Amino acid sequence: MTRFRPGRLAGALAFTTLLATPSAFAGKTLDAIKAKGQLTCGVSTGVIGFSAADSQGQWKGLDVDLCKALAAAVLGNPDKVRWVPLSSQQRFTAIQSGEVDVLSRNTTWSLTRDAALGLHFAGVSYYDGQGFLVPKKLKVTSAKQLKNAEVCVQSGTTTEKNLADYARAQGIKLKPVVFDKFEASLKAFFSGRCQAYTTDASALAFIRSKEAPAPDDYLVLPELISKEPLGPAVRRGDDEWFAIVKWTLNALIEAEELGITQARVDSLKSSPDPAVQRFLGVGEDLGKSLGLDREWAARAIKAVGNYGEIFNRNLGADSPLKLPRGLNAQWNKGGLMYAQPLR
Amino acid sequence: MIALRRALFGDPLNAALSLLILAVLALTLPSLVDWALLKARFAPDVAACEALERSGACWGVVTEKARFIVLGRYPAEQGWRPALAAGLIAGSWVAAASGWLRGRALIAALTVLPLLALPLLAGGFAGLDAVPTELWGGLPLTLLLTGLGMAGALPLGIAVAYGRRAPLPLLRGLLTAYVELARGIPLVAALFVASFLLPLFFPGDLAPDMLWRVLIAIVLFAAAYLSEIIRGGLQAFPEGQRSAAAALGFSPWQIQRWIVLPQVLRHVAPSLTNSAIALFKDTSLVTIVSLYELTGALGLALSGDAQWRPFYLEAWLFIAAIYWLGCALLARISQRLTQA
Repeated sequence: MTRFRPGRLAGALAFTTLLATPSAFAGKTLDAIKAKGQLTCGVSTGVIGFSAADSQGQWKGLDVDLCKALAAAVLGNPDKVRWVPLSSQQRFTAIQSGEVDVLSRNTTWSLTRDAALGLHFAGVSYYDGQGFLVPKKLKVTSAKQLKNAEVCVQSGTTTEKNLADYARAQGIKLKPVVFDKFEASLKAFFSGRCQAYTTDASALAFIRSKEAPAPDDYLVLPELISKEPLGPAVRRGDDEWFAIVKWTLNALIEAEELGITQARVDSLKSSPDPAVQRFLGVGEDLGKSLGLDREWAARAIKAVGNYGEIFNRNLGADSPLKLPRGLNAQWNKGGLMYAQPLR
Repeated sequence: MIALRRALFGDPLNAALSLLILAVLALTLPSLVDWALLKARFAPDVAACEALERSGACWGVVTEKARFIVLGRYPAEQGWRPALAAGLIAGSWVAAASGWLRGRALIAALTVLPLLALPLLAGGFAGLDAVPTELWGGLPLTLLLTGLGMAGALPLGIAVAYGRRAPLPLLRGLLTAYVELARGIPLVAALFVASFLLPLFFPGDLAPDMLWRVLIAIVLFAAAYLSEIIRGGLQAFPEGQRSAAAALGFSPWQIQRWIVLPQVLRHVAPSLTNSAIALFKDTSLVTIVSLYELTGALGLALSGDAQWRPFYLEAWLFIAAIYWLGCALLARISQRLTQA
């Protein structure tokens, strides 16, 4: 039983599903969502800051807010979302089989996933990278010094593969110790099973400060060994729906650049700035070409705020994670967040 | 007292072992009690728990998350429904274990109560809101899958066991193939087939909900094991009794119903319970197809919660206690059945 890898089977089944999925879905996603009055959003089974259910069962996080923005734009109500928590192994099958309308589940955008899994990534909602956490007593200050180290890592993610690639590229031997569950890999690391722990950098700082037995005994190494652009994905074959997801994400990012915040959406409708007017649907009607009404973007911002607000609430200064904006700052503030213009 | 002394210190070997165990207890028990009770915090207060710096247990995580862990994603304002459903099924187990119910009443309770829990959870009538099965979770789902799984698998298992002893080669071959197939794949694979492949065989949206597909997979899976247990019992049945009953004028059907089956089932009851306990714990596998029973609900409740995730261990101990209670009840049922 322990040797059985659900991931592989899921992959094989995913492929079968892919072949068998009728093309009748094309162009129908928006109609189906409107008919059901509900957006079905695939989220994680619990990743701090991205998607997690709180004690009352309410979903919170950056990925969650993206789905709420979509629901607000399409259905006019951010609460009309059916949340489907998905493990990292089942997420692709769920989007391919049409079980979810959008996969907003801290998923890395890569060529194989984009091209071979029958998906379209609608953009990047968070630029992550993979890093290492080590105990200070190891006397290591750079990942390159991790020779022959055993590294605790979670399976079913790109993390595992990146680790092998990095070891090969650097010509150092790293021994991955693979765990199916996140908490198991973490507990194993802190109990001394491995010399190093690797996962997305967005999680490392928090793990060190909150979950290490003594934070000062641990160190996050400076290297990021991979690029992990995370973003929402939709099933191929429905370009209209793909465009809606893509432009909703763009709208959230563009709103921050234009200074449109949750609190000021209504008052800004009298702004003289044509870009703001267009965005809020006062001037030109941008929603029409997407198959939506003219206030779609205004509703999205009113529901969850702009990208900067979403970031701060879930990952940044106002959250337990306290992550710096870093790569996720706007392009004109030294980051990579660059929305295609809404015009 | 004397009996206890003799049992513990009767001969040098026993005395040495007893001393060793007492020494281990003396070493570990104080620090365990200290951690789990004396220094522990029971209020859902993260700051107080963090201030402990792991010197004591933070049971506050259970206080804070108990509703979510035990009842899963079921709408919070309707919490009494899954609680009552879990109570119905657990109640039937308690009734069976304590010996209040016997014979037909017992069998009826063990099958009817889980079935009663279904409409209670589903709703959609008498002013109860309809709740889709994907939101069912936590302990009620664990109990439901075990209870209905066993209730469905036992009759099927008996039928398959008889079928494999039937004089029809084709039937025998088919049933043997089924049993070997079901036993030859892991439950995880069966669940994947049920959740992702089955819908393809149904036109449009006619495929039953994930929960029913998973339940079908569990019943088929468990029935294969149960049928082998029962077949073993049938093979061990003394031929003499059958001949004697036939000589007394019992029909073949009456022989099976009144003489063979009651004895066989009683003899294999410990093995059947073994399967029930295994199934009870195996239900945790349904998490991989997005049904969040007890273990899955624990993951949902904690893995994404920045404040409470560091106190995973206490939450795990909590559900371990729940599982232990369930298994203890099932084991007690087995004892009752063999005595009766």
